[in-house]
Amino acid sequence: MVIQALAFYLFAGILVVSALMVVTARNPVHSVLFLILGFFNAAGIFILLGAEFIAMILIIVYVGAVAVLFLFVVMMLDINFADLRKGGMQYIPLGVIIGGILLFELVTIYTYWQFSPEAAQNLALPITSFGDAQNSEALGLVLYTDYIFPFQMSGLILFVAMIGAIVLTHRTRPGIRKQKVSDQHARKASDVLEVKKISSGTGA
Amino acid sequence: METFINIGMTHFLILAGIIFTIGVFGIFLNRKNVIVILMSIELMLLAVNINFITFSAYLDDLVGQVFVMFILTVAAAEAAIGLAILVVFFRNKGSIAVEDLSEMKG
Repeated sequence: MVIQALAFYLFAGILVVSALMVVTARNPVHSVLFLILGFFNAAGIFILLGAEFIAMILIIVYVGAVAVLFLFVVMMLDINFADLRKGGMQYIPLGVIIGGILLFELVTIYTYWQFSPEAAQNLALPITSFGDAQNSEALGLVLYTDYIFPFQMSGLILFVAMIGAIVLTHRTRPGIRKQKVSDQHARKASDVLEVKKISSGTGA
Repeated sequence: METFINIGMTHFLILAGIIFTIGVFGIFLNRKNVIVILMSIELMLLAVNINFITFSAYLDDLVGQVFVMFILTVAAAEAAIGLAILVVFFRNKGSIAVEDLSEMKG
């Protein structure tokens, strides 16, 4: 029990600190790196909760894809980030007030949270019903059967997002010499070659 | 002391609440920088995921974890599209400040 508490406070502490650093760091590259650290610790929290598969997915998808995407964009755009921070300080009191109220409400709700007695009878997929199947196996058993339609839909959403990102950022720049294979194939010798008869003595 | 050693559902839920609040606070703090605002939104989605997993674990119901995967999908798509829009906007205006995003104001 003590080990679990220590692991929880370690992961939770680093997660909260790195989340704070994400929003307060002056350099956005540092923000992204703290975001990655936070996601790693969130994965630890998920493992504590017995969701190993989601923890691995979080590392693969968030650290491997989303955070690296952020890093690319931050490094690619040539922005003076110091200018963007000017004038931001005046909103800190408002943010602290609204955040404080929100946190107070959330903590109050969560402290007194109790499941209704009927909730245990209305479970859609009780984890105990999978016997001794591991977390990944249990997820695989339902994801491709009961939830195949939402699963395919999420694949479609990713597909549309991919096409959207490509269409948005693709541009045809003028003045670039690109190979046009069809033009090269359509070219005939009769179009470009010409044999001229030059009588002797008149050539330059 | 007992409540600090025995980690229960409340601990995880309050952790999620703190992360969510930090995300909201980050939007106020970085009102001009769209990249950090997107990262704050990612933090808020992470808090939602922690909530889902916690309820899934303590209710003994696997659907919460299935839903977290769909939330992850939508979050990844949102980040990709958001950053693509950001890149296009920067290419056209040379800035990513939020107050420059007023083209459709008329």
